[in-house]
Amino acid sequence: MNMIQAINSAMAVMMERDPNVIVMGEDVGYFGGVFRATAGLQEKFGKTRVFDTPITECGIIGVAIGMGAYGLRPVPEIQFADYIYPALDQLVSEAARLRYRSAGQFTAPLTVRSPFGGGIFGGQTHSQSPEGIFTHVSGVKTVIPSTPYDAKGLLIASIEDNDPVIFFEPKRIYNGPFNGHWDRPAENWSKHPGGAVPEGYYRIELGKAAIVRPGNALTVLAYGTMVHVAKATVEEMGIDAEIIDLRTLVPLDIETIEESVKKTGRCMVVHEATRTGGFGAELSALVQERCFYHLEAPVERVTGFDTPYPHSLEWAYFPGPVRIGQALKKLLKD
Amino acid sequence: MADVPRNLPPLSLHVPEPKFRPGDAVDFAAVDVPPAGAQPRPDTAADPASFHDLSYTLVRVLDDAGRAVGPWDPRLDPDTLRTMLRDMALVRAFDERMFRAQRQGKTSFYMKCTGEEAVAIAATHALSRDDMCFPSYRQQGILIARGYSLVQMMNQIYSNSGDHLQGKQLPIMYSSKDDGFFSISGNLATQYPQAVGWAMASAAKGDTRIAATWCGEGSTAEGDFHSAMTFATVYKAPVILNVVNNQWAISSFSGFAGAEATTFAARAIGYGMAGLRVDGNDALAVYAATQWAAERARTNQGPTLIEHFTYRAEGHSTSDDPTQYRSAGEPSAWPLGDPIARLKAHLIAIGEWDEERHAAQDREVAELVKASQKEAEKHGILGHGLHQPLDSLFDGVFEDMPWHLREQRQQMIDEEEASGRPWARKA
Repeated sequence: MNMIQAINSAMAVMMERDPNVIVMGEDVGYFGGVFRATAGLQEKFGKTRVFDTPITECGIIGVAIGMGAYGLRPVPEIQFADYIYPALDQLVSEAARLRYRSAGQFTAPLTVRSPFGGGIFGGQTHSQSPEGIFTHVSGVKTVIPSTPYDAKGLLIASIEDNDPVIFFEPKRIYNGPFNGHWDRPAENWSKHPGGAVPEGYYRIELGKAAIVRPGNALTVLAYGTMVHVAKATVEEMGIDAEIIDLRTLVPLDIETIEESVKKTGRCMVVHEATRTGGFGAELSALVQERCFYHLEAPVERVTGFDTPYPHSLEWAYFPGPVRIGQALKKLLKD
Repeated sequence: MADVPRNLPPLSLHVPEPKFRPGDAVDFAAVDVPPAGAQPRPDTAADPASFHDLSYTLVRVLDDAGRAVGPWDPRLDPDTLRTMLRDMALVRAFDERMFRAQRQGKTSFYMKCTGEEAVAIAATHALSRDDMCFPSYRQQGILIARGYSLVQMMNQIYSNSGDHLQGKQLPIMYSSKDDGFFSISGNLATQYPQAVGWAMASAAKGDTRIAATWCGEGSTAEGDFHSAMTFATVYKAPVILNVVNNQWAISSFSGFAGAEATTFAARAIGYGMAGLRVDGNDALAVYAATQWAAERARTNQGPTLIEHFTYRAEGHSTSDDPTQYRSAGEPSAWPLGDPIARLKAHLIAIGEWDEERHAAQDREVAELVKASQKEAEKHGILGHGLHQPLDSLFDGVFEDMPWHLREQRQQMIDEEEASGRPWARKA
């Protein structure tokens, strides 16, 4: 399966298992979603379980919270993460706080799916990576898969989770992994082990990272598309890096990170999102606090620049093999 | 600024201004109060497009002589009328006592609903016990009308050891799932789409319960109001959307929410929704409109927007002084009077009530509130000691506590032990 098919399969599996799971969002019903993630679901499960919504993100999330309070388990889609901002009040002030402020009387078991990330010439409003906004909010979980296998297992676990989950799907790798070389032919998931996806139910526990490449020279912390870019880069450069795919940003798998950095003594954080106040800052601080006496070099952050996401200069903006390569050299020079 | 000279008159910006400011004499003659009983009562299946007139008038039942007149008279039995009257008196007594408790430093904050008691109480009596309410912060009458414990309400206000919300919420931000009372949020209008979503879920599941929500006229300016109205009509959600137009959003008069140009009920027309505008100080009109909208919702005819035209008789909250921005003469000059006085006059007019019984009831509810307060204060008042286990601060952020919260909880406990403060941790 490619990642779209895996995500579609996760929703189909969960709708089959739990009559309270419903799917809603702009264009998700009859049409099956602008990325086809919900294709066929309305036909299979009916219009009261999979339906199109008006174009109002605050409405989509607000309505989903009310459905959750009733006892449903909504899976709302926000068409692009760049358009999640109108729903921020509902997500931050309501979904994230509902369990806490009602002392558990009401909960918001939502899974908000949204395509995110760049590398597709999406320009300013189809490329953003706003995960840092959500990792800053207490009460929501943030999940980002990097393979079809993980996408399905993590999405099933997210839908089953009783807390609100922001599930960001890296759309650059919907159809295949991406090594960062935009000028080379695209790959597809059929040749990647992560493309082997079981048809039925399985779950990947939230809060558990995956070591996608074991190594000893340094630790790379990444998620989403950047897992593949970083992996390709270290392999091209012949560096024995340990690459950790975080998969869940909150709650974070701190044990796997700590263990790895204490072993390698060096750490690089890679993300597409802008640098200042990005999740990389949190990762860097945690590594510094917990692994200080094991560090042999300052923690490196390889990120998008602190600018809006550009259109024509996309490959100058994107943290690709050249930027990662220079950071690797810097990190390993002593 | 344009730097090319143009031969055009300059534009001017209109900034609304209320009629009366502090010190001004008040004359509400411009408020259009149509006669009671004159408004038609359409079939609950009527086409939303036919509600133009009803959304610009006021549905009124109680006339100046205290008689119930016209097609909207809900013809309630005297016991129900007396129960509503007592609930309203109880809310008012509760408000007065809790306002005073705040002034005495027993809690940090309070908000009264004086003058608006009918809006929540009459509506609640017209709903079923298991219909779900998504209130704003000024519908404490819902809890009272549903028989919620006064002591529990006070425990919440005091954030004491009896507080079901574990001291996590600002006073008056109640929550009671068992009583169909959704958790109140400080963020305005967020409950509007949530109520619509709850109603959609009920409909999707083939349930028979409906939802109702309330917001102030000021909050109708929020984007959530628009999205809720859109969702409600698109899916014909079984929901009642109440706008409590009490003329004031803290210091801003209703003109800043658009009232100079139209009514709030008229907003319904553009969405293709039934809209009613109701005398919010007329408990029978509020009851009748809610009953009508509930029947419309229950028969899959869709949502209704009800504007309750009323007046916020007191300050916005204990943190507010209304004499700084409006004339002190406004509350007494308000042409729709006081909801308790009007229902009382009706009961007396039909021979089911008298002054003695009313005075006795006022004493009885005051005593009840006083006794409840005494009981609640046994569980503590705000600031006097630690009423919740210290580490409960971290409970309920997530269903299960992740490592970073466990670490922070330990840090807090260590700080507490190092501080030498007298806050003994309770298990």
